[in-house]
Amino acid sequence: MFELSPQDWTAVQLSLKVAAVSTAIALPFGIAIAMVLARKDFWGKSLLDGLVLLPLVLPPVVTGYLLLITFGRRAPVGAFLADHFGIVFSFRWTGAALACGVMAFPLMVRAIRLSIEAIDTRLEDAAATLGANPVWNFATVTLPLALPGIIAGAILAFTRALGEFGATITFVSNIPGETQTISAAIYTLTQVPNGDADALKLVIVAIIISLGALMMAEWLARRATARLHGN
Amino acid sequence: MARAPRNGAPAWQLTMLAVQLDKKLGEFAVKASFASESGATVLFGPSGAGKTSIINMIAGLLSPDHGRIELDGEVLFDDKARINIPTARRHIGYVFQEGRLFPHLSVKRNLDYGRWMSGEAFDPTVFRHVVELLDIGHLLDRRPGKLSGGERQRVAVGRALLMRPRLLLMDEPLASLDAARKRDILPYLERLRDEARVPLIYVSHNAPEVRRIATRVVLLEAGTVVATGGLELLDAAQDDVLA
Repeated sequence: MFELSPQDWTAVQLSLKVAAVSTAIALPFGIAIAMVLARKDFWGKSLLDGLVLLPLVLPPVVTGYLLLITFGRRAPVGAFLADHFGIVFSFRWTGAALACGVMAFPLMVRAIRLSIEAIDTRLEDAAATLGANPVWNFATVTLPLALPGIIAGAILAFTRALGEFGATITFVSNIPGETQTISAAIYTLTQVPNGDADALKLVIVAIIISLGALMMAEWLARRATARLHGN
Repeated sequence: MARAPRNGAPAWQLTMLAVQLDKKLGEFAVKASFASESGATVLFGPSGAGKTSIINMIAGLLSPDHGRIELDGEVLFDDKARINIPTARRHIGYVFQEGRLFPHLSVKRNLDYGRWMSGEAFDPTVFRHVVELLDIGHLLDRRPGKLSGGERQRVAVGRALLMRPRLLLMDEPLASLDAARKRDILPYLERLRDEARVPLIYVSHNAPEVRRIATRVVLLEAGTVVATGGLELLDAAQDDVLA
């Protein structure tokens, strides 16, 4: 009874791929930016902070448009990446991943930054007296202690990427099998006669995936926290 | 990297710490100069006399405004020569007042952390020796969160010892413990002073504790060294400093 059409199934798989890839690629940048914002004081910090948060407050269409005029095939950055590295974003699933990554970035950075700010820096001082240089100190003390926040940030970003619609459709359009994610597929189904039933199926799938991700985040974060406090 | 000789020539006889520094901390100014050799030098004075700031500067966690810190002939800090060796390369052990064990690592991995960072091979003999000295063998698999205050401080001492420091700093390591716990741990610290052969800089404002640990006393008041000498300084100081 509950059967997805091949096209809907493709949209689900594509959504999962786009969300997973965008989260995985955004994560190292997210950790780096969160670390800088949490620990460093420099001129222009509030500007960087604002830029990171921008996709959260801008209309998604605006973000998509900005991506289009920056990373499009003939746009400056897009042309450079295509000519030198063979990375093409426009009308490809990679573009959808880029859009999702950008849209999810603020949430990711916020969660990680909060967990880094909560770390007792005196533990890092202790590690330094024991011979840990800054890189090892980060890897063996800061990173493991920030882990609950990093997990939360990654899963928030993943669910945000699953739900992304406006920026993606503006940047890379709505091409079945290439850039048509669950959200775009639902939107398309609501635009055709008798599409409601299929749309509802996808809606249920979207709810299951998002709820599952949230529950997994909760479980992982609780496990990581328990590990920190000795169990 | 310059390191004190570990075996063969007894490092403790060569160790010589020379400190001469000043540092403004808001309204408060620390201005200290003293030297110490092997044994236990206690920085003694009331709370707020700048004792912790001084050992933080020896450890490199805080930079003096001016001055010079020298250990075993190696300059650790000299503002005129623009030398400021980073904490991680000073090889100075530090036992903090609150232990500061890593909550995400087992006791065993906490103890082994300094060796891990140095990249040297694990030495089971040295490890066992320190574990026995401090009587913490039964705690190795636990997490710091499951330790009592006294156990935590013993592990913190072990962790600092096992990095094989050329100097060991202790900042009121017993301050957070009740009287009974203090009595339990003091013998371990005395054994450490006598057996481990690591020179000790020990911060305290507790005269009975100082009497048991110190071989040399540096008396501090309001950020300034007012006297250096033997235990006899305590008798004179106790009344006016701790009054």
